[in-house]
Amino acid sequence: MHMADALLSPTVGLSFWAGTIATISYCARKLKNEFNDKIIPLMGVMGAFIFAGQMINFTIPATGSSGHIGGGLLLTIVLGPWAAFISIASVLFIQALFFADGGLLALGCNIWNLGIYPCFIAYPLVYKLITGSNNSNKKIMIGSILGVILGLEMGAFSVVLETVFSGITELPFLTFTSIMLPIHLLIAVVEGIVTGTIVIYVKNIQPDLFYSDNKSNNTLLNLKKVLVAMSVLALITGGMLSWFASTHPDGLEWSMGKISGREELPPKEDIFHKTLSKLQEKTAFLPDYGFKKPEMAEPEKAESEKEAWPAVSGGTSIAGILGGILTLGITILIGSVIKFFRKRSLTNTY
Amino acid sequence: MSFNQSEFFDLGYLDYLSYKDTFIHRLDPRAKFIVTLVFIFMVISFPKHEISGLIPFLIFPVILVALADIPIKIILKKLIVVSPFALMVGIFNPMLDRKILISLFGIGISGGWISYLSIIIKFILTISSALILIATTSFPGICMAMENLGMPNIFILQLMFIYRYIFILGEEVVRTNNARELRSFGKKGYEILTAGNILGSLLLRTIDRSERIYQAMCARGFNGKINLFKKSRFLLKDFLYIILLSGFFIFLRLFPLSQFIGKMFI
Repeated sequence: MHMADALLSPTVGLSFWAGTIATISYCARKLKNEFNDKIIPLMGVMGAFIFAGQMINFTIPATGSSGHIGGGLLLTIVLGPWAAFISIASVLFIQALFFADGGLLALGCNIWNLGIYPCFIAYPLVYKLITGSNNSNKKIMIGSILGVILGLEMGAFSVVLETVFSGITELPFLTFTSIMLPIHLLIAVVEGIVTGTIVIYVKNIQPDLFYSDNKSNNTLLNLKKVLVAMSVLALITGGMLSWFASTHPDGLEWSMGKISGREELPPKEDIFHKTLSKLQEKTAFLPDYGFKKPEMAEPEKAESEKEAWPAVSGGTSIAGILGGILTLGITILIGSVIKFFRKRSLTNTY
Repeated sequence: MSFNQSEFFDLGYLDYLSYKDTFIHRLDPRAKFIVTLVFIFMVISFPKHEISGLIPFLIFPVILVALADIPIKIILKKLIVVSPFALMVGIFNPMLDRKILISLFGIGISGGWISYLSIIIKFILTISSALILIATTSFPGICMAMENLGMPNIFILQLMFIYRYIFILGEEVVRTNNARELRSFGKKGYEILTAGNILGSLLLRTIDRSERIYQAMCARGFNGKINLFKKSRFLLKDFLYIILLSGFFIFLRLFPLSQFIGKMFI
């Protein structure tokens, strides 16, 4: 499930972008130091494989609907966590641009949700631990299913957290969680089975293909590294989040239920705004005409807000609606005029 | 969320559109990228009950679609087809937030409906601006913009590789799907095991292909880094494009233009 721009507050969007960019550059440095060049074309083509693979449908038993792979854990099994994270990030970037999945601000969240958990948690802590060094088919299947379940459930839970922190929707935390987690459990089981099938198929033909950390067989050491990196990242993100939250209280506090219209707009008192409001008063037929006082949830809040320039009242709302419709009309008019003239100039040239 | 064959053909169509030659297409990718980001950020920063302030922002996608000669159909199609996650999650707002916020001619409108409408408008604005960016800027151009803005070289390389090989692997999959359909009847051929094996063999061929690509790259002197782009010049018009449009968006964010226009008529 992809997070969407429209549900996101700038605070949450930017914090997750910061975490995502930090992880991408960390992985890039890691790859530069440790790997041979061969991984570069492999990563790229594997990213394209994810797209192509999503065009191959299969029926989901007992539901009759059809599904396709997501591929996060599969990429990690083939490429290893560092390379897989960059590959997943670039796949999601292309999806956000060409298929408008989510959007550009939400992309940070989406890379985080679909990249961090399979690469740095589900793979090392579940898949690797279960399959170990002698990977039988059974172990691969169990590892894939459990790994995908953990990765996807954590991703789904992140979507819930991001949505609730942003506070654009009214959906309560618990309700949202109880919708998201079961849905993703079903998706994850199917995805896990498909991932396991693919890995087993490939293993039977070419067993040496998968990523293995042959430099150091000490998985515990690597685990430690991963955990340290994760907690540092979490700290950075948490720090960013609270910093943003304290300087721009609109993001987090908004979700605490302080809803009373346009809280964000402070009254502007510079010359520019004064001139404009004077002009506005002169041109308006019914200046400062309020229709009906809105029924606020918090009356004392409304009192203090009322005098602010763009106060929420029936009158300004009507002005807003009328103005909105007019603006929409003007916008469409401008668009069609440009289109008309372009067409004419094109037909003239031919 | 899903990438299917029709998405695959749309991808090619968007790619074709991005190589048109209009004023917008000729602007520097960096300028267009930055302006799109500013636009999205300004739209998203509106509080949840905002509607009238968001409407003037529609002028940006509308003018760009018109100036850049993009068929409006493809943008509308994408807006409808795209995963309705935001709309699905937002639909709970009218059910949960029933406080009457404004009342028009005696009919009360609850805060939930207002915030839901606000989500829909934000959705249209952010999605269409991202689509217009890709329809007016070639993909290598966007990669160049990203690299100049400081993304690691290896990430940019991935984007370029994926973009190049989506088309090749995609066509392979179209053939594979045809072959599967010809060999299967009714619901058969779509079991998870079959799909898993098809995907497995596609994976093997993909990895083989990457091996050949690597050898070809080595034969051409690849040494771990690819210098992707020659430096393109950032012209005055690009600079003006950033300044003017960003300034305009900030103005729209701070000044309620819709209400101003509305008040002139009331």
